[in-house]
Amino acid sequence: MAAREYDVAVVGGGLVGAATAWGLAREGCRVALLDEGDRAVRASRGNFALVWVQSKGLGLAPYAGWTIRSSDAWAGFAAILKDETGLDVCFQRPGGFHLALSEKELEARAEVLKRLHNQPGIVDYKTEILDHSQVARMLPDIGPEVVGASYCPLDGHVNSLRLFRTLHQAIHARGVDYLPSHRVDDIQREGGVFRLLTPQGEVRAGRVALAAGNANMRLAPMVGLEAPMKPERGQIVVTERLRPFLNYPVVTLRQTDEGTVMIGDSKEEGTDPARITLGVAATEAERAVRQFPLLANVNVVRTWSAIRVMTQDGFPIYDESETHPGAFVLCCHSGVTLAANHALTVAPMIARGALDKALVAPFSARRFHVQEAA
Amino acid sequence: MFKRLHDTATVTITVDGQPVRARIGDTVAAALLAAGIDHCRTTPVTGAPRAPYCLMGVCFDCLVTIDGVGNRQGCLVPVREGMAVATQIGKREAGR
Amino acid sequence: MTSAADLSPSYDLVVIGGGPAGLAAASLAARVGLSTVLFDENPGVGGQIYRGITSTPIKNGTVLGEEYWAGGALASEAKVSGAAIVTGATVWTLDPSLAVGVSIAGKARLIQARRVIIATGALERPFPIPGWTLPGVMTAGAAQTTLKAQGLVPDGRTVLAGCGPLLWLLAAQLLRAGVKIEAMLDTASRRNWLRALPHLPDFLLSPYWRKGLALLREVKAKVPVIAVDRLSAAGDGKLKEVVYGTGGTEHRLAADLLLLHHGVVPNVNLANATGAAHRWNERQLCFEPVLDDDFTSSVPGIAVAGDGAGIAGGTAAAERGRIAAIAAVRALKPEASVPDPQVVRQKLAREEMGRAFLDILYRPADSFRRPEGDTVVCRCEEVTARQVRAMADTGCEGPNQMKAFLRSGMGPCQGRLCGLTVTELIAEQRGLSPAEVGYYRLRPPVKPITLAELASLPIGEAERKAVER
Repeated sequence: MAAREYDVAVVGGGLVGAATAWGLAREGCRVALLDEGDRAVRASRGNFALVWVQSKGLGLAPYAGWTIRSSDAWAGFAAILKDETGLDVCFQRPGGFHLALSEKELEARAEVLKRLHNQPGIVDYKTEILDHSQVARMLPDIGPEVVGASYCPLDGHVNSLRLFRTLHQAIHARGVDYLPSHRVDDIQREGGVFRLLTPQGEVRAGRVALAAGNANMRLAPMVGLEAPMKPERGQIVVTERLRPFLNYPVVTLRQTDEGTVMIGDSKEEGTDPARITLGVAATEAERAVRQFPLLANVNVVRTWSAIRVMTQDGFPIYDESETHPGAFVLCCHSGVTLAANHALTVAPMIARGALDKALVAPFSARRFHVQEAA
Repeated sequence: MFKRLHDTATVTITVDGQPVRARIGDTVAAALLAAGIDHCRTTPVTGAPRAPYCLMGVCFDCLVTIDGVGNRQGCLVPVREGMAVATQIGKREAGR
Repeated sequence: MTSAADLSPSYDLVVIGGGPAGLAAASLAARVGLSTVLFDENPGVGGQIYRGITSTPIKNGTVLGEEYWAGGALASEAKVSGAAIVTGATVWTLDPSLAVGVSIAGKARLIQARRVIIATGALERPFPIPGWTLPGVMTAGAAQTTLKAQGLVPDGRTVLAGCGPLLWLLAAQLLRAGVKIEAMLDTASRRNWLRALPHLPDFLLSPYWRKGLALLREVKAKVPVIAVDRLSAAGDGKLKEVVYGTGGTEHRLAADLLLLHHGVVPNVNLANATGAAHRWNERQLCFEPVLDDDFTSSVPGIAVAGDGAGIAGGTAAAERGRIAAIAAVRALKPEASVPDPQVVRQKLAREEMGRAFLDILYRPADSFRRPEGDTVVCRCEEVTARQVRAMADTGCEGPNQMKAFLRSGMGPCQGRLCGLTVTELIAEQRGLSPAEVGYYRLRPPVKPITLAELASLPIGEAERKAVER
């Protein structure tokens, strides 16, 4: 079989890869999107779907600005997608809550926000601490054990599975070659062309963008890059569809536009997405019932685990290769929140052949070496 | 749609407030079929009417509200004297 | 009534499902002294084949046939065996560590087992024709259930459609109960006969053929049997007409009730959710667990017996249950005296004889398994064949990605009514085999439980810390 040639090969068909491929296609690039198969470890199918600002950036102030940039761009991004596909990903930005079930939890929350805001160069994102009655005015169904919350007006959410589908339909319509079951075994560079070797044959491209989540750890060194990752497992409980009762996303509990309620945000070690820890699901359920007692006799129809894409310090990595010009790597935990940036800001940089240092220099993986040296 | 081979009705339940005679040994779904009730729910997606389909606990088309608790599988719940059954209209309301 | 609080924290053997496999397994194990509990979610034991066996109002022995009444012995044997038989008990999770999550009357418990036998049997193969979601369209099995358990039979204009032994049996049972059947629409491909012929000698040696022929004669004497290659249900809000066609002709038949059936397939949800390996069975067109000679799955300590292990019928199911129970006894109480498994295996082999002939003769036609256009595939989320096919065309290669894209399989039935259809549609659209496409990856709870029930389970310190930060 003759090798196929493209301007850019994007590796990874999840939210980061699909958003990047879409953005590249909009710039006029001929794009191949290489993906694994149906049972791939896939964070994009296990997403809580927040477009979330509050608490982002503690330890790396520019991450707050990068997050707000995407959050601000999200409405426009959703509108373009709707225009192209007819699908509404239901982006909403009513502001979001982080509920506390004890004074201790609320104090810890306030402390995090204080440290975050005290960082030099931080963007003010207007997060405030509310007491029970202030919260109850906006979330009338909270239980008596909710002592308060932090609230940020910039927070929002989206239907992330529909976003996933919409991006795939949009890239299909834009002529991107989606290549499933093309796990990349090796990447070689010859005469300015990247050769991506897969069990289904070779794909050639002038540029390559690695967006394969935790698998970037394996792929990045093939093109002189690095992606130090620290995957972790999260678990979610999902209920049956309910009539709308919750008008704001809570960081651990949200009602989707379809009516189901997603409950979650656990952190465990491990990389097996098939595993479910019942006691963790039970803790999530118990806290959800304390937060919203009216959910007690609602039916749980599903639980799932997913492996978070997480760099070793939790912040994104955007880098371009010095040894293999034209090779880029994109790693981040927040593939939903940052989707607008990936599609509208990062993809055009890759199309032009160079990252814009003014925007993404703080997210180079070189920061890990600085820390090691110090 | 259905008739009994043996008339042994022995309990009364209500369906959307109307009394319905049922036999001990009926499940809620069977009692609704015996009473000639067209549909037991409307779907949460398009609002289409549905009636019991498999009667063996796998299809979830016989979902009804029983004694105030929504989305219960009518084919798995035996009738009891005085039980209040209601059509499940679309999505369930949290807390009910 | 046993409540959740009455259960022991642990049992030697937990049997899930009270049909022939589960009843036979629980009886055998309990009789030799294994502490045994059997859970069944229905109000009574018997499974589907012996539904209502301890409570049926049908006293006339001929209506249901002698095979049905054979179930009585299994039920009474189990009752006196010493096994705890708990009905109204829904098993919603089975962990590879053999923790069994059960819900009884709205209360959940986790029970630790040393061995588990899954005997959750079969369900009717999805029959996605246009209009199959209309009130007035039910499965043949549903009508058989109300007949057995409640003595409730169809009234008004009743049409049966599909193929397979159970459809003929139901027709005969309904006729004996005095029900008028307007027509029997036969959807099996005529070409099946030729393919089945090589297996005819085996079938003639099996116990089924005489009974089967007698059933066909009994039904054909009273009901017009019409071969069809197209079938749909029409009506506004409820069934009004059955529309069928052969070749270029189309007919409409006014009907109040349409009973569909084209075979049964293993109910794999619980076994799949434990992580047990499954494989595609091309002859039976379904997924089934990968099992050893003792019906043990790829997950240590978990066996799958009965039709859940692959379709073989009720009598075979009981023998399979016994074989799995013997293995459990030998592992947990080697000194106990159990029947020679080789003898049971020989009985089982006799029961399984002739199955190939039936599978091929009644192989449902492709067009009734792989719908087109706006026909609903996923009844819960109302996803259509057109949507599934279009998504496959954009590159979606498997049911799990499809589930993420379209929500097919995400409703409360958790893919039981759409899983095989989605797999087959993707396979057809992408030129793959169903074995390559695979099936949904299922997760607990395999049946819904309330948030309060989930919240009531034991929580360890590390588990709490994984959430509270």
